[in-house]
Amino acid sequence: MFETIFVDAANWLRNLLASINLSPFVVEIFMHVVKMVVILVFVILNVMWLVYMERKVSARFQCRVGPDRNGPYGLAQILNDVAKLISKEMIIPDHANKIMYLLAPILIFAPPMAILAVTPMGEGMAAVDLNLGLYYFIAIAAINTIVIWMAGWSSNNKYSLVGGMRAVAQMVSYEIPLLLALVGIIVLTGTLNLNGIVEAQRDVWLIFTQPLAFFIYFIAAMAEANRAPFDLVEGESEIISGPYTEYSGMGFAMFFLAEYANLLIMAIMTTTLFLGGWLAPFGWTFLPSWLWFIIKVYFVIWVAMWLRWTFPRLRVDHLMNLAWKFLVPLAIANIFVTGLAKYFIG
Amino acid sequence: MDLRQELYTLNLGPQHPSTHGVFRVLLTLDGETVVDADSIPGYLHRGIEKIVENRTYAQVIPYTDRLDYLASMLMNWGYVMAVEKLAGIEVPERAEYIRVIVGELQRIASHQIAVGSMISDLGGLTGFIYNFRDREYILDLLEMLSGSRMTYSYMRIGGVASDINDEFIRKTREFLAYFPKHGIEEYNNFITGNEIFQARTKNIAVVPREKAIDMGLSGPVLRASGVYHDLRKVRPYSVYPHFDFEVPIGENGDCFDRFYLHILEMEQSLRIIEQALDNLPDGPIMAKVPRNFKPPVGEAYAEVESSKGILGVYVVSDGSPKPYRVHFRRPSFINLGHFADMIKGWKIADVIAILASLDIVLGEVDC
Repeated sequence: MFETIFVDAANWLRNLLASINLSPFVVEIFMHVVKMVVILVFVILNVMWLVYMERKVSARFQCRVGPDRNGPYGLAQILNDVAKLISKEMIIPDHANKIMYLLAPILIFAPPMAILAVTPMGEGMAAVDLNLGLYYFIAIAAINTIVIWMAGWSSNNKYSLVGGMRAVAQMVSYEIPLLLALVGIIVLTGTLNLNGIVEAQRDVWLIFTQPLAFFIYFIAAMAEANRAPFDLVEGESEIISGPYTEYSGMGFAMFFLAEYANLLIMAIMTTTLFLGGWLAPFGWTFLPSWLWFIIKVYFVIWVAMWLRWTFPRLRVDHLMNLAWKFLVPLAIANIFVTGLAKYFIG
Repeated sequence: MDLRQELYTLNLGPQHPSTHGVFRVLLTLDGETVVDADSIPGYLHRGIEKIVENRTYAQVIPYTDRLDYLASMLMNWGYVMAVEKLAGIEVPERAEYIRVIVGELQRIASHQIAVGSMISDLGGLTGFIYNFRDREYILDLLEMLSGSRMTYSYMRIGGVASDINDEFIRKTREFLAYFPKHGIEEYNNFITGNEIFQARTKNIAVVPREKAIDMGLSGPVLRASGVYHDLRKVRPYSVYPHFDFEVPIGENGDCFDRFYLHILEMEQSLRIIEQALDNLPDGPIMAKVPRNFKPPVGEAYAEVESSKGILGVYVVSDGSPKPYRVHFRRPSFINLGHFADMIKGWKIADVIAILASLDIVLGEVDC
């Protein structure tokens, strides 16, 4: 009954609109607007939960309690935090490039939203069933780099500039192993459609057939999402807060929340590409597919948090060495082996 | 295409998350690499040496707390030793034993900050909290004795302020049993053994043996470069000759050695505390010191091995109740003198790691 709850709701709405004699085109437009709003709400709810979760998880790792005063179990903490940040003045530094400076915190939310449009979150639950889904994901995710660079450049602050330079160097470098790791998946599944990739994992998840690609992808995706131990862009103990140093109030809050939106995207893509997406493991279909999807996503997020609160930060040259001297050759070798296997075994 | 390149200046501090207070470094950078550096201390200068000229000898003790506020006990100790030497006061043996116990507890607490701030400056905040968790035990112990968590003012000219009781001894023994297993072993598993941590610290900013001696370094920073120099062994003071302990020595003089010595020294401090508790003599805890304390005209210099290095205190008396001049040889300040030279050629991230490995306290640097 719960399996198709969201799909049913969408169909019901569509039929309702059609029954009041709207033209199919208007119905289509209206449905897309509804889906956009749903994605927006999904991102905001998850991001707020993630901020709370990160604080609680880090507290557990550090023998602390974490927030527990605001509301039951400290659940209202994030609301208070956001309310505080909204009420603060957003300071624009002297000689900052005003347009870019103000545009960056707005644009930072665009890539995560855009990517969520194509990810299947349950059986038949992709807002847009795009045939070039994977390609689209790679293209859109790269925009993040530009936005962070905008923030770093326009702030007129040397720490921001260093952070922006690091962001460009790091994200461009890690895009390459990330992309090469995904080639193995495309070879095996023969499709760029994310739904198709999930369907192809019905018998065995890609993490088992492509373990090396998963390893490379996970490291590169952590670096793309600027999560520790790859949080050089922020590098709190070195360059204060990197590109976000000058931002205050809601400008800062947007970057702060976008960081978690990117973490969410990273976990969603890892789940979709390697962990069988919304497919139930061992045929345990007593839980609906979208719930399995959420469970897997949160497991990946938990692993990311575990890593973050365990490892210190890499140095910038070690980071580059890891990408270019280790991950890229490994990814190319993986493509070669996958190709051979595909050719001989089928 | 011809790209124009130029060096740029980055002002690191005085307000910066990782300068351990208000230290300032003016960096000339080529991308991320340090080409030139200029260290500018002095933002926490309070003129303690001048202030204490207008205080009586006993009133100086709280000011020494504010030198190295992470090792206040050892700062107290250095000062009272100098005054005792000046006035020729014989300190009772029980008081000396208590001083050794609290001094070594304080050394562990201070080293925990050194270890914790090293890992937190490298981006791993969890290790920092582990150290603070265990430091809490020591702060509780010292609070039991002095009523204060950081600025103890526990030592007096001629002895210590209060005697230790059975509760303190029991709790200290509990700590001795707890710490090697849950503290040091966890630090080693979590921090010392971490691959990224080792990559970030090994062979970074190597200080050769000769250079370390030339620069007048002391404490773990000197010993990391392979110099066997610990005042507790080479010029023993107080009752340290009674105890059996070792002085750990580093091999390479890099950031990792400077860091790791702190953990090794914690183990030795535990040994000293255990022996001191076992052999604690009975007797008074204060020597006879006149209420109106006026040391004879003269001067005295005493030095102790503080957690950061050699703390030297020079006191000049003109026969009045107030010291004519007090000078502190602060180990952090002298260890920091080499800093601008050390960081040349390293990355911004290394600058932070090197500063953390020197384990400075700005209260002591600026005095």
